[in-house]
Amino acid sequence: MHMTDLIFYLFAALTLLSGFLVVANPFTRNPVTSAMFLVLTIVWLAGLFVMLEAYFLAAIQILVYAGAVMVLFLFVIMLLDLKEEQRRHYRKLLTGMSVVAVGALLGLIVKAIRASDVGAGLATPMVRGDTKPLGTLLFTDYLLPFEMVSVLLLVAMIGVILLSKRELK
Amino acid sequence: MEVGLNHYLIVSAVLFCLGLLGVMVRRNLLVIYMSLELMLNAANLALVAFSRYNANLDGQVMVFFIITVAAAEVSVGLALIVALYRKRQTAHVEDLTALKL
Repeated sequence: MHMTDLIFYLFAALTLLSGFLVVANPFTRNPVTSAMFLVLTIVWLAGLFVMLEAYFLAAIQILVYAGAVMVLFLFVIMLLDLKEEQRRHYRKLLTGMSVVAVGALLGLIVKAIRASDVGAGLATPMVRGDTKPLGTLLFTDYLLPFEMVSVLLLVAMIGVILLSKRELK
Repeated sequence: MEVGLNHYLIVSAVLFCLGLLGVMVRRNLLVIYMSLELMLNAANLALVAFSRYNANLDGQVMVFFIITVAAAEVSVGLALIVALYRKRQTAHVEDLTALKL
């Protein structure tokens, strides 16, 4: 077994473990803990991106997701009073049914992946997600979507300002 | 067994299902939102894996756009949750039954 394979299994296990702890932490139901484990999940995912040689995206993942988005999340969690969450009970039947449904879906997807054997015949080609090739692609083939995304961000910004006004006129 | 595209896809599928489970089981709006982020990240992982193993960078550009749109989506969604909380004093889906018949 190669060293890289070992690192993949380590990162994959850590990603899934932290992901599980976001959703169903057996010790606490505090949203802050969930948010912290989501940050961890994102960091391990960035590690997987590095394994896939998507270096630019790994950096973006850490900067934008673990940095900006999760800080926003934590800010809102601190803003709201969420003590309520600890006291609520979950309906057992609903939880069980959800677990069964999602488990069935997972089984289906994994079976499909195994049956189709998508990885067969694909060697490990050298394509590196460095800044330069990605930037070139972004400003040639994907120029229009890039501009549209900038408009989208502007719209989102205006929307947020409108939504957080106290009185909507 | 050599790690290939299949392995990444299976990790992505498991992560996606974890997110879906969170959306279905958890009752707190913020945690549901975090689970949604988990699902988005799972899709990102699948796209990056496909991009790498097909030697085509288009998938990574797609992920770049997804991250950007997710950032916009999070800001709007959280603003909505805060506005809702201000009006109803709750961030719990079971308390939000205004549209129920």
